[in-house]
Amino acid sequence: MLVTQQVISGLMLGGIYVMVAVAFTLTIGMLNFLNFTIPPIFMIAGMTGWGLTYYGLPFGLSDGGIHWAVALVVGLAAAAAASLLVERFTYRYLKAKYGDATEHAIPLVSSLGFLLIFENTVLILLGSDSQAFPVPFHDANLRFWGLIVSIPQMACLAISLGTVALLSSMLKGTRTGRGLRSIAENPEVSTLLGVNVHRIVPVMFLITGLLCGLAGIIFTLNYHEVSAYMGNEVAAKAIAAMVIGGLGNIWGAVAGGIIVGVVETLSIHYFGADTIKISVWGILLVVLLIKPQGLFGHTRIGKGKF
Amino acid sequence: MSGYWGGILGILCINIIFAYSIFLPAASGQLNLGGAGFMALGAYSAAYLNTALELPMWITIPGAAIFTAAISFVIAFPILRTRGVYMVLATFAFAEVVAGVIINMEAVGGASGYEVPSFADLDVLAILAIATIGFVFYLLATRFGLSMRAVHDDENVAALFGVNVRMTQVMTFTIGGALAGIAGALYAHQYNYIEIQYFNIMISIFVLLYVLIGGTQTAYGPLFGAILFTFLPEFLRLPEMAGVANGAVLAEWRFVIFGAFLVAVMVFRPEGLITRAMVDRLRHGRAPEDITGEAS
Repeated sequence: MLVTQQVISGLMLGGIYVMVAVAFTLTIGMLNFLNFTIPPIFMIAGMTGWGLTYYGLPFGLSDGGIHWAVALVVGLAAAAAASLLVERFTYRYLKAKYGDATEHAIPLVSSLGFLLIFENTVLILLGSDSQAFPVPFHDANLRFWGLIVSIPQMACLAISLGTVALLSSMLKGTRTGRGLRSIAENPEVSTLLGVNVHRIVPVMFLITGLLCGLAGIIFTLNYHEVSAYMGNEVAAKAIAAMVIGGLGNIWGAVAGGIIVGVVETLSIHYFGADTIKISVWGILLVVLLIKPQGLFGHTRIGKGKF
Repeated sequence: MSGYWGGILGILCINIIFAYSIFLPAASGQLNLGGAGFMALGAYSAAYLNTALELPMWITIPGAAIFTAAISFVIAFPILRTRGVYMVLATFAFAEVVAGVIINMEAVGGASGYEVPSFADLDVLAILAIATIGFVFYLLATRFGLSMRAVHDDENVAALFGVNVRMTQVMTFTIGGALAGIAGALYAHQYNYIEIQYFNIMISIFVLLYVLIGGTQTAYGPLFGAILFTFLPEFLRLPEMAGVANGAVLAEWRFVIFGAFLVAVMVFRPEGLITRAMVDRLRHGRAPEDITGEAS
């Protein structure tokens, strides 16, 4: 029974990893670019939400804090805006000037620069302490057959899977989605065939920003706690999830996220908290070395350059 | 020299050696985001030799270098099968596994840290840093250095011209591992106390930045990068320490300024601050013809 409970908690935790892992896998699959701004964007959503509920609007526009739901929506918008800012200075600018920006480690370094900018700005403005986030539903648990299932967590897992399903159908069905997939195959040929790369790449950054922001909000609502470093641990696990699922494979990232969530809670349960690193990263290293295309088949990426 | 600047210079020496350990694989086209893992291996092996076996420093530092080099050599074969973003992830995962193993090893103190009795002062650090600089400049001037450059620019063409690509990559990875081991051992002996939480992803990221911002084309790049990155945050703190008005604001925002600087460098000079063409121009007073066709 206890094991079943651990698996259930793992599934909930996995829901958060799923969304961040999909954001990572999209950027790598489309642009061959490991986006290190994903952890701070995740954090920006939660911290902006907390700052607004605690301090209220900046420049004295409101008396005291604003409602938590409104604040979190603003947080989501802030995450999307941050992601578009990254696109402006990381990908678009370099793409225009040097041809294939993915040939070099340039976007990687730029995104590390943005990681420092975002994280330290939040540290300066809102402090480095962990903060309690005020949400009304503290104990909304369903209990059946001795198992505890938290309703918000269940809703969050559903939201996260629903968002990914929506994204997947968008990639299949819409014109923008087809454009994105063609860029993933070959940027030059898709430009020749009339895909406007400069219009479509920002759409992708908008999607990843929204995914990370939504994941940050879900995390905040579930754990009632935010901090300037909340993104780092989650993003590390999401990278592991992405690799297990295969780089560039959206449904692989979903499966990977859930696997990492369950492995994490089970290894805490059986071996204690200090062994998470070995189990999660050990699995990751083995998968990378033995089956680098991931557990769920091959996608056409990783052209062999940075 | 005050203790403050002495401390900074000590960090600088360690950073220079560490930067070269990442530079060597990078100069042959391999991005290593696991620097912290190799440094931790060096630090903990030196600390173990020093504490448990009570060996003196002139054995522990080479011992740490050999141990780290051996581990690097063994994992180089599977890790160098991966490339590009996969290699970045594999080295990152390796560093996390190292941290995970060490935190569970009670023999080296686990999560609570580990004491190191012997102290290395600035002389030792400076001698080893200068020796490392000389060694890397020498290495790049040899035929092997030329092979590294060829492998970096194009693996297939290098192989076509008879360069042993696999051997070159494994060698640079192993020598890089040895240098990271020395950097870790010096860190352990300089601070006399190590804890695994220090060897985190940020250390790996920063050392990769020293190399990529400095430039991977010449051996001057990582040297310049390490010097710049060690001193820039400190210089931004100087106005505050001198009591200049609003100096505290500058000190507080220094990492944001630093991040903006990184983004700006990548926009205006993506091949790093020190390029091969620049070094040639300074040395010969003219710009040589670009034989590689494009800056890479």
